[in-house]
Amino acid sequence: MDEIIKEFLTESLEGLDQLDTKFVTLEQNPDDRDTLAGIFRTVHTIKGTCGFLGFSRLEKLTHAGENLLSLLRDGKLSFNQEIATALLAMLDAVRTILSEVERTETDGEEDYPALIETLHRLKEGGGVAPPPTPPAKTAPSPTPSTTEAVPSPVVAPPPHLPPVNVIPPPPKPADPAPQAVITPVAALPEPAPIIQEHPVAGPAPTASPPAVADSSIRVDVPLLDKLMNLVGELVLARNQILEYTILQENPPLQAASQRLNLITSELQEGIMRTRMQPINNIWAKFPRIVRDLALSCDKQVRVIMEGKETELDKSLIEAMKDPLTHLVRNAVDHGVELPAVRRSAGKPEEGCLLMRAYHEGGQVHIEIADDGAGINPIKLRNKALERGLITPERAGTMSDQDLRRLIFLAGFSTAEKITNISGRGVGMDVVKTNIEKIGGVIDLESELGRGSTFKIRIPLTLAIVPALIITSGGERFAIPQVNLLELIRINEEQRGVAIEYVHSNPVYRLRGKLLPIVHLNRELELVAGHSNAVNIVVLQAGQHQFGLVVDQINDTQEIVVKPLDKVLQDIPVFAGATIMGDGRVALILDVLGIAQQARILSESHDHNVAAQQREARDRDGERQTLLLVRSPGNGRLAIPLAPVSRLEEFPADQVESAGEVDVIQYRGQILPLIRLKDILGERRTADRLAHAESDVPTSDLLEVIVFGDGARRVGLAVDEIIDIVQDVFEIKGRSTRSGVAGTLVIQNRVTELFDVQGFLHQVEPLLALAEEA
Amino acid sequence: MADRRQFCTFFLDDRFFGVDVEKVQEVIRYQIITPVPLAPRVVRGLINLRGQIVTAVDLRRLLQVEDRQDGRLPINIVFQTWQGIFSLLVDRIGDVLEVDEACFEHPPDTLEGIARELIQGTYKLQGRLLLLLNVEKLFSPAILNRQRRATKH
Repeated sequence: MDEIIKEFLTESLEGLDQLDTKFVTLEQNPDDRDTLAGIFRTVHTIKGTCGFLGFSRLEKLTHAGENLLSLLRDGKLSFNQEIATALLAMLDAVRTILSEVERTETDGEEDYPALIETLHRLKEGGGVAPPPTPPAKTAPSPTPSTTEAVPSPVVAPPPHLPPVNVIPPPPKPADPAPQAVITPVAALPEPAPIIQEHPVAGPAPTASPPAVADSSIRVDVPLLDKLMNLVGELVLARNQILEYTILQENPPLQAASQRLNLITSELQEGIMRTRMQPINNIWAKFPRIVRDLALSCDKQVRVIMEGKETELDKSLIEAMKDPLTHLVRNAVDHGVELPAVRRSAGKPEEGCLLMRAYHEGGQVHIEIADDGAGINPIKLRNKALERGLITPERAGTMSDQDLRRLIFLAGFSTAEKITNISGRGVGMDVVKTNIEKIGGVIDLESELGRGSTFKIRIPLTLAIVPALIITSGGERFAIPQVNLLELIRINEEQRGVAIEYVHSNPVYRLRGKLLPIVHLNRELELVAGHSNAVNIVVLQAGQHQFGLVVDQINDTQEIVVKPLDKVLQDIPVFAGATIMGDGRVALILDVLGIAQQARILSESHDHNVAAQQREARDRDGERQTLLLVRSPGNGRLAIPLAPVSRLEEFPADQVESAGEVDVIQYRGQILPLIRLKDILGERRTADRLAHAESDVPTSDLLEVIVFGDGARRVGLAVDEIIDIVQDVFEIKGRSTRSGVAGTLVIQNRVTELFDVQGFLHQVEPLLALAEEA
Repeated sequence: MADRRQFCTFFLDDRFFGVDVEKVQEVIRYQIITPVPLAPRVVRGLINLRGQIVTAVDLRRLLQVEDRQDGRLPINIVFQTWQGIFSLLVDRIGDVLEVDEACFEHPPDTLEGIARELIQGTYKLQGRLLLLLNVEKLFSPAILNRQRRATKH
């Protein structure tokens, strides 16, 4: 794509994201001129640039919006909800067009005449129409330096200049000052050829606040990723050097390595910072989402954001987008009650959604809190029992908090009616999985009638994580600190009594509560090391806590996470590997995996969940690739592609016969050839069959599907290969004849599914024959 | 027929193997191996190859030859394959040989089991046989997982 268009897209989309928030602010405070001016500027910038790039549809639309906005900004119209809705609709239309531009580099076919009409109507109807301006005045001023003192009598407040720094360099916003003056005059039909009028106009240097433009540049994310990787390598090398130099009696070397140490740390921090983005990048759209949502379900919700500037790694920002959106939607849809209900509960009609983010302990904490109805643990328990997610015995022993956490189970939706907003199958379990995937944790607190708070903790970055290094069975392992709660050391004298047993399952009394104990040596089938004391690492795995007994606790370190090879990824207890200071490899433990392996998590309900998920997967079926061929009688037959080794074409006259069997010479071997019509059972109606026979065209070429490999090959000759389709298929009907496993619907046509297993079984003797030959 | 191929050769005891020289990235002396608990038996562990973590596969165990008794350390042959980078642990490294395609023969029918899958054929050299290994297959998860370690559950 053209570089200019790309920049235009990036900037326009960035601008639009901010607009959503600004509009909502504006609704609360309709007289906020500064916000209005900001909105106007953004729309104006988009309009100006797209005019230059020749996107006339987009230009027309933004022009209409801009006209309305300019009246608002100048106080000639007052802001109301109807206007807000129309302008927001315009933003959505602009987004649609921009995505069209991204795809096709044109601004599409849609003109949005109704929307433009509405914008015009609002502009006319809302208040005093703008006084016509003498055309002469509207001609762009030849002095681009005039910023504040535009000698136009028409516009009362000084035109707010479009921020020059957000416009890409090539489409220079040629003299934006006069442009801002022109715009109120909606009568002017052709606002486009600004640039032509000012071919050499400077970019209004006096008008641009230079700070932002000069102090930031755009950098490709892949480049940052690469730098991040390199820094990871550097950290490893640094660790190694430090470890060697400590052993050396060489002061200059030690001084140099100390410097290396400091510089590396600073560099690492710096590079990590380049990838950091404020969480507001995803939060910015929430006020709009909440507004629309609240409006559609007749609720009133106010959004309060704290810690918008809290930064986290870009990849994490991306990963958090969907879970957070889901939580926010849930809070508005299910959390906050209707105004009447709130009033009768003695709460203000307007609900409050508090979003908070902050850094603590090397992690990012995010909280989404509503002051709604709260989560009723009894309701959850009943639902869970009804769905068979927990057993009645277990339900009896669960605390309210445990019950509330049931909402994180798969297949759980307690909304009494499924709204179009949430409850669409994507449940809290997905939110939880997504958060855990990036090494985060989610929990909730809720008080009936007072509201619910979801608390999320995620790491600052993924590539380099702080970890606890432990030794077990003579090997070192790293445990990510995210999962770490506390360390317990039991002295030699007490070790006999400290660990007790509940029916052969070891437990430890941690502040009066029983903590299940897992021996790492046993889980990993390592030789038990002999240490005198017992070291317990208390870990959090999902909602469960357990104590991991290790031989030795070493220290904490920043480690660089490296993935394991495919073969080893099947082992659930490892999350990856890292290189230690001495250059040796150490494995990173996957705390969740260990808990699973040790059956900490495998209580009845988890079994159920797993079973349910398996069932769902089976029901959905795996994607299959099928070969569509024409079967005798002009029917359609689908052949699973997986067992097929090749598709071949042979001239019909190459077919020879050996005994009773048709064969063909193929790759130096003799390939037995079976014709499809000989395999398929006859249809019941003879006349249709007769008709079918005459229907088969005699072709010079034989399409042959080759099954098997090596000497054990067999060819299936078909009349015509129609297509190859890939999808999830479901058998709709039973088989009505031999050679067919069932019927499906593919491409809206009933298609028979070829019984490959039966076929291969049937031709088995032929294969043996070919092998002997 | 002047078709000649170059092979990187190596030994397990006196068994003589060869692989296409182009698949070999480098040959390095023994590195400290970090064992991976619960991994298939053929995976000896992980080594650090200049900051890269490489899975080390024991050819002896793969071909079901018993472990070395003399206590000498194996050599790493590092391969660049479709599946990623792997190290193959062998007893001893041999020369790079240029071999005439004409002396190739498919493996005998008596060759069975995993060896049949991994040995593509033999080159009849003077005085001994060079066994050609299929490198891509050697490191495929299907082969490596074949001899899954018996777990306690």
